[in-house]
Amino acid sequence: MPAKAPYLLDVDKLTISYRVGKRWLRAVRDFRLQLKAGEIIGLVGESGCGKSTVALALMHYLASNGRVESGGALHFAGEDLLAKSNADMRRLWAKRIKFVPQNAAAALNPSIRIGRQVLEALQAADGAEGAVAYESMIDMFHQVNLVDPERVAERYPHELSGGMQQRVAIAMALISNPELLIMDEPTTGLDVTTEAVILELVRELIAQRDTGVIYISHNLGVVAQLCQRVVVLYAGEIMEEAEVHDLFEQPRHPYTLGLIGSVPKPGDSKHGLRLQSISGNPPSLTRLPGGCVYADRCPLAVDICRSDKPPLESLPGDRLVRCHRWEEAAPTLNPSPIKREELQGANTPLPSSWEKGPGDGGAATLMRVTDLSKRFPVAPTLREAVQGIEPSPIRAVDGVDLQLRAGQTLGLVGESGSGKTTLARVIIGLQERSGGKLELLGLDVRNSVRERSEDVLSKLQMVFQNPQNSLNPYLSARQAIRRPLIKLRGLTPDDADAEALKLLDRVNLRAEYAERYPDELSGGEKQRVAIARAFASEPDLIICDEPVSALDVSVQAAVLNLLAQLQEEHDSAYLFISHNLSVVGYLADTIAVMYLGQLFEVGAARDLFQPPYHPYTEALVSAIPVADPKHKTERILLSDNLPSAQNLPSGCRFHTRCPRKIGEICETDAPPWREDEAGHQIRCHIPLDELEIMQRDPVLTKGDE
Amino acid sequence: MLRFLRRRFLFFFFTYLISSLTIFFLLRVLPGDPARVIAGGREATEEQVSEIREKLGLNASLPEQYLTWVSDFLRGDWGETIAFRGADNRDLILERTRNSARLAAVALLLSVPTSLALGVIAGLSENKLPDVIISLLTLSVVSLPEFVTGLFLVNIVALRWGRSALAESLGWWFPASSAVPATASFSEMLPALWLPAFAATLVMLAYISRLTRAGVIEELKRDYVRTAALKGIAWRAVIWRHVLRNALLPTITVIAISISWMISGLVVIEFVFGFPGLGSLLIAAIERRDLLLVQAIVMVTVTIILFSNLFADMAYALLNPRVSLE
Amino acid sequence: MRSSQITRSFVSLFRTLLRQPQSALGTILVLFFFALALFGAQLAPYPNPNDQSHDVRLSPTLDLARLQLGEHPFGTDRLGRDVYSRVILGANSIFRIAGLGTLISVILGSALGLFMGYHGGWVDEILGRIIDALLAIPALLLALVLVGIIRNLDFEAGSWQAGLADNVVLLVISVLYIPIVARVARSTTLDIKTREFVAAAEIRGESQAYIIFREILPSVIPSLVVEASLRFSYAIFLVASLGFLGFGARPPSPDWGLMVNENRGGFYQLTPWALEFPAVAIALLVIAVNLMSDGIRRAVQKGS
Repeated sequence: MPAKAPYLLDVDKLTISYRVGKRWLRAVRDFRLQLKAGEIIGLVGESGCGKSTVALALMHYLASNGRVESGGALHFAGEDLLAKSNADMRRLWAKRIKFVPQNAAAALNPSIRIGRQVLEALQAADGAEGAVAYESMIDMFHQVNLVDPERVAERYPHELSGGMQQRVAIAMALISNPELLIMDEPTTGLDVTTEAVILELVRELIAQRDTGVIYISHNLGVVAQLCQRVVVLYAGEIMEEAEVHDLFEQPRHPYTLGLIGSVPKPGDSKHGLRLQSISGNPPSLTRLPGGCVYADRCPLAVDICRSDKPPLESLPGDRLVRCHRWEEAAPTLNPSPIKREELQGANTPLPSSWEKGPGDGGAATLMRVTDLSKRFPVAPTLREAVQGIEPSPIRAVDGVDLQLRAGQTLGLVGESGSGKTTLARVIIGLQERSGGKLELLGLDVRNSVRERSEDVLSKLQMVFQNPQNSLNPYLSARQAIRRPLIKLRGLTPDDADAEALKLLDRVNLRAEYAERYPDELSGGEKQRVAIARAFASEPDLIICDEPVSALDVSVQAAVLNLLAQLQEEHDSAYLFISHNLSVVGYLADTIAVMYLGQLFEVGAARDLFQPPYHPYTEALVSAIPVADPKHKTERILLSDNLPSAQNLPSGCRFHTRCPRKIGEICETDAPPWREDEAGHQIRCHIPLDELEIMQRDPVLTKGDE
Repeated sequence: MLRFLRRRFLFFFFTYLISSLTIFFLLRVLPGDPARVIAGGREATEEQVSEIREKLGLNASLPEQYLTWVSDFLRGDWGETIAFRGADNRDLILERTRNSARLAAVALLLSVPTSLALGVIAGLSENKLPDVIISLLTLSVVSLPEFVTGLFLVNIVALRWGRSALAESLGWWFPASSAVPATASFSEMLPALWLPAFAATLVMLAYISRLTRAGVIEELKRDYVRTAALKGIAWRAVIWRHVLRNALLPTITVIAISISWMISGLVVIEFVFGFPGLGSLLIAAIERRDLLLVQAIVMVTVTIILFSNLFADMAYALLNPRVSLE
Repeated sequence: MRSSQITRSFVSLFRTLLRQPQSALGTILVLFFFALALFGAQLAPYPNPNDQSHDVRLSPTLDLARLQLGEHPFGTDRLGRDVYSRVILGANSIFRIAGLGTLISVILGSALGLFMGYHGGWVDEILGRIIDALLAIPALLLALVLVGIIRNLDFEAGSWQAGLADNVVLLVISVLYIPIVARVARSTTLDIKTREFVAAAEIRGESQAYIIFREILPSVIPSLVVEASLRFSYAIFLVASLGFLGFGARPPSPDWGLMVNENRGGFYQLTPWALEFPAVAIALLVIAVNLMSDGIRRAVQKGS
């Protein structure tokens, strides 16, 4: 082996192309990176920026239609990977360089038992076989906190939960004690509680070893909490690289600042603060601009940015930036809310009325939900049929009470499987409720959309999660919006066309978008059309089911701003559903926390991030990866075993995972609702004042407070 | 497992009910007067017609007729043939089914391994030369109607090439006609089986290999293939241990479905080669208006297909951990 | 406009078909046969397929080297009929029966499938089971039985039943393929139904018919196009096979399958060309349709 190289991984001028049709598109250009042993470098960027391409290229594993252009260098521990044969690479992959994939469910072979798949990796690494190999596998499973490892080994991948699958994938990578670990969005798609657990695990396992890690993520929060250095990638190029604290406190590139400002932090609220958004869309690889790739979206761009490509400059403090104007821009690039608006320009001033707090004005109750429930029957098994046993139904929503006032936003949060989406679909009438009452403006609302009058239909509208599916691919933007105008507002086709253009303008889409079909719109643009369609019937209440969770952060911010602005203009109420507490916290006036079909906490949004909270809320809040490395987080880690909605725990439904369980009463008795003077309600056996004392040290503390 | 089997068996009986009703309706109700059809149409005298009506119990009500027929069929009483005077339908059908089964077995033995191999090769070399050649072959020559390939085999391969000096010196000879005695033993029949079996193989080959190819290509794109490759094991092991295992599983179902296909193909092939199987019996029965024989043949065919589907489903479920047998 | 988006997709589909050599060859050949089917009577030297010449069993006069057709390019059969004209005239029946049969089954089958898929519940369950059960009977067997029976029925000449009996193969193809098309349309509908734009239409209170035909149908069309091209290739296969088995057109029609059947066995030794030319026509058409439908499948899958 050659003399010890200063860097574990040393990458320079790496350009990666993909063949599309007959052309080679340069997906990643001029990438560089230096990673030391034991260091964790984060690689952040939005979808399509080339993160995954880089990940596989660093492994020197590219799809058959991909290639590394000549002139680049990729050295691992002093060895030139680009010069290695396949057989040599296989030896490295087997032992020294490991990959943790994004979607563990897909990355494990569905028809081979977990144990055999892990043993295969171990055999490839060390040639270990038999009892010795089995012992070290079980030992590794213990290290990644898999409960009952012997049984896990016997399982097939689909029999494990998402969190367990990811633990297996991590175990499979770490079992050979690799020197380099490349993790490609390993927590994406997991619940925030599970994500927190996995991140904690990664941190711990890495600390015990001397492994260098490249951690790829679109989530700034995760990177801020885990990494020592961060590389920001945009449209296939490095925009900025710095120590994590430097990057988040003093970003030098306008794109980095845009990303940081796009993410609402816990405690941010639409009252008094607009999110920093990045206008426009990333450039297409087939038509890359000649100058800076970010110039089209950059608020600081001048002529030189559009004509000349900026070099990747070295800055004092061991950081890199690719911007013509970083020196002039540096003083303005301070991610504090006030400065943000200056940077954003005066185009969107804050409405003064935003300063009003929640609950002001005493608006009338718009919607009242009483004891609402939704059960899904389960088909009996043969034995149950013979014995005449009726299997217990899945209780997706179970006795929910909610109130919503006109012009206000009610945020609904919970993990996946909590029943939030079912609740939304029952309220909108896409699914029939099994029991309970729904009133709109004091009037009973019928069960299903088919039975509801056009008057009720026009008052209740919905914005869906997936922009890909929420527009009919065969209808243009104008056609999608004009239909509700004709159907629910009774406009003539000509009037409807004119009104559709106005609505498009209202959601900041130019008139030329009217004749575009969904395949000609970006994700954020589709979601704007869907929002315009929902507003077409001038509804009183719009149900937003995870409307931004499928969008990139920069686009997400613009949509959230738009929703806030439209609410202001139309005085419409939102039922806003999200798994993302910061997003809900930003947009909502009131927040309800849902777990296994029931509400456990209801209160003003501004109280959400302060004690007392319900122990479940406390865990959710503590799990938020905050995009600020100075945030000190006392993580409350929950087990990732969500009980099934068919076989619900007795007593308090949260007792199986509750870190603050007080005793038998939690298992036997349903907890009472407790309310404080401000109307904040918590359903727990622990009295509010005791909760507050237990939780006196808030789980989230801002570093500078 | 129980639940799975129960659902499968329920479907089995339901299908049986529907297909028997369909056949019964087609043959007993649609012709208006089946007795007249059997007796020979318009030329038949009134006495002949009423005699047949009496003999077949056609004076009873329709539901009664149906029940009688079904229970007779289940008890193994499939009636007497009219077309083949004096013979018992059941003996005739069972004998011909056995012959067709021999032909099908040879065809399956030829086609399944070949088509799996072709499909895997094509899938592993997607859009490269071997794939292009195999795709063109399966789309063209191999998917021609059986009678075209059958006649080619009879007239060109057996008669023209088979009698050339070269073929004789090689001792290569196939009989142009497969009209062997229906009662012949398997070894007596074997020389006459090769050409028709080859004709039956071709259509199956196209079908199975294309689906196998699609399966391999789909599996190759899955993330677990990358995981396996990045374990540092040889690419061959990735293919054998990981890809083929998942890609070939659905082929079990495909083969079962293709048995239904093959039965259609065998009808034509037996006709072309004059082979005494179930298919040529069916054509003779239809031409001679032997409704009872037709009914019985169709029910036997449906039974064969349902059983092959049932076995395929069970095999698939047993081999695929993702199908829950709970 | 809605229709323009669909037209646009069809134009681009056609372009994609012509771009690849395999599918381009198939498409051009299919169009060639289609032209024969439309203008056969104008193109054939003997517009009456049963004109008999005194020259029986005449060898083909086609001279490829000199590009000359001659009096009887494909020769004459044992009755002195011009094989060339009969092959040209035969294109019409196979296209009419397979094409119309496919069209009818695709229209009715997709209506049934859309309804089942969107409606769901017990209607879907029962119809679905019946379809599965019907599909357990091999298509050719059912076709033989149906044709065999209907053709033997006595109908008054000129009555609608007699008209039906004359088009029995067309009828059989439509009936056989309706459940198959319905199954495809149903499964695609089940997928599209879960898309959120359908929920958005329900929230607007749109009628069931509006949702099925205006929201769901356009997205089902691509898979219906693929299925229709596949059905068409099977239909041609089936029409030819039925004709060959003597269950299709009756003599002396210039049906390709029938011509092959009439000239096999001992006659093949006398007039091999009378069998070979129609057989080659069938083979070419089947290959062409296969190449085209494979191209359609690839194009649609790539587009989605």
